[in-house]
Amino acid sequence: MYSRTYKSLVSAPPLLWVALFLLLPYALMFAHSLWQVQDGALVHHWNLDNYKKLVTNPVYLEVLFRTVRIAASVMFCSLLLGYPLAYYLSFHSHARKELLYQLVIVPLWVSYLVRGYAWKTILGSDGVLNGLLQYLHITHEPVSFLLYSPFAVVLTLTHIYTPFVFLAIYASLEHIPRPLVEASHDLGAGPLSTFFRVILPLSMPGLVAGATFAFVLSLGDFLAPLLVGGSSSTMIANIVQSLFGAAYDWPLGSAISVCILVLIIGLLFLTERLEKRWSFK
Amino acid sequence: MSSATTIPDVSAAAEALLEIRTVAKRFGSHDVLKSISLNIAAGEFLTLLGESGSGKTTLLRLIAGFEEPTAGEIWMSGERLDPLPPYRRRVNTVFQNYALFPHLNVRENVAYGLKVRGTASAEVLERVGQALSMVKMDEFAAARPSRLSGGQQQRVALARALVNRPQLLLLDEPLSALDANLRKQMQSELKALQRQLGITFLFVTHDQEEAMALSDRIALLRDGALEQVASPREIYAHPATAYTAQFIGQTNLLRGEIRRGIATCGPLRWPLEEPDGPALFSLRPECIRLSREGARRNSEVKFRAGIRQQLYAGASELLEVDCGAGQILRVRVPACGSLTGEHDFVFTIADALRVQE
Repeated sequence: MYSRTYKSLVSAPPLLWVALFLLLPYALMFAHSLWQVQDGALVHHWNLDNYKKLVTNPVYLEVLFRTVRIAASVMFCSLLLGYPLAYYLSFHSHARKELLYQLVIVPLWVSYLVRGYAWKTILGSDGVLNGLLQYLHITHEPVSFLLYSPFAVVLTLTHIYTPFVFLAIYASLEHIPRPLVEASHDLGAGPLSTFFRVILPLSMPGLVAGATFAFVLSLGDFLAPLLVGGSSSTMIANIVQSLFGAAYDWPLGSAISVCILVLIIGLLFLTERLEKRWSFK
Repeated sequence: MSSATTIPDVSAAAEALLEIRTVAKRFGSHDVLKSISLNIAAGEFLTLLGESGSGKTTLLRLIAGFEEPTAGEIWMSGERLDPLPPYRRRVNTVFQNYALFPHLNVRENVAYGLKVRGTASAEVLERVGQALSMVKMDEFAAARPSRLSGGQQQRVALARALVNRPQLLLLDEPLSALDANLRKQMQSELKALQRQLGITFLFVTHDQEEAMALSDRIALLRDGALEQVASPREIYAHPATAYTAQFIGQTNLLRGEIRRGIATCGPLRWPLEEPDGPALFSLRPECIRLSREGARRNSEVKFRAGIRQQLYAGASELLEVDCGAGQILRVRVPACGSLTGEHDFVFTIADALRVQE
């Protein structure tokens, strides 16, 4: 076995890293959330005023609900796109499997910003989509609701997170032993029945993992609303960003961050239990 | 390859449950099955025996519907089977690694086939109960498959297939994952179950002993073609080819020739009224006996050979003897104590079976 010295030597760097760059910042953030800003200066006066502000001021709750709504829509849309794609690739693509898999992965190599700007040029009032609509005489002037709307944010985020959702589901589908599918057919279940009775239940861990991924990452996103969202789709992370920036109210920003952190940790805890219940080893 | 007009086989068709007519299967450029024709009678226990890669599992999968034949037809009870998807066939399979649904408990696994066919829930309950007690698994009804031992999973897989009352049950090496003792026990249970239910069993194995013990008939496959189809006793006593003789049990292959009514294999000679030419004989080790008395009957061949090796196996001993001119024979005799030097051996001429190459 390994010696004590070796073990502590090997585990020290990651432990130090976690303490320095994860636990310490979180502790600082938590401390900030209990402080205040007075006359443009931070005062270390411990209180719960920031949290009270969050609960009483409807603006914050409204933005939080909108954020959850957008994140849930992104999750739903990327599941709707990712699951059938993963199912097709895993069960029916045969020889084209490798090629299709690579095609799904390729967008991951393109920068987030580039993809955001791409949607901007597609959805904008002199963009590709409006040009096409007018060329086909479906509309006579540019449609403005495409860009700078929650719709544009959901579209962009769905585009970005679908490959991740796909990967999680694909991995769990690939782990289903094929004889189980044959056994189901053998016992008289057609393709649809087999899907709902065998394949879907056995792919639940991947589905939950993918859904969590899309939801949690969308929840904390601030770039998509900045690029394509406009003022009607400000998300909670945009508020945090401005509080830490122009508004210079770190304590309130920290309080919001702590709330989101608690929300997400609770969510991860829940989904991990779900994944465990649905894995049959 | 086009499926040519099938030759009606009137004699067998009358009672055959399953008819395999000139079925071939090709994967890429590899012919896995080459024009197999085989009838299986209702209530029969037929074993597909062969080495790995002989095509036995492929033939089973064609009947179950997991693969499509490249040529030929499969008929069951007057209905053409091969164009039907697996879920429309009155055939059930016991898979090699059982393929039990891990997310369902034992009862739900067994009920699966009945439920997807929309059987009334009272009937499902009753038949699942019967099936589970038939395989002695009632007390595990609520357990998940992962909690069961290999033998128990095997029983559940059997119950899950039999509860649907298939006309034909396909078993794909169902005992190969069990240890030796459990395997023997499951063999006799399987045989008893088949007798009791009267369901036709098509059993795939590479284990010739298992095939001999269980089957009404054995179909021996070799490189995608049927080598011989016969009852275990027939196939053992009268192997048609050298391959069959060597695959089923042990044998000595004697290569020699026949000239003017005398068969000669090295130092061994005996009278045989057959046309002149090269010949191959199969002589089972247990057909050769130690000859202690001097006299020899006319129907026997007597020879003297040196003991090269002696393997003790409890009730019997396996000897390897050298009869000179490079002719080595294996001889199985009742336990006789340690032997050395040269001894007289004898075998009956009729036991030296002429076999094809």
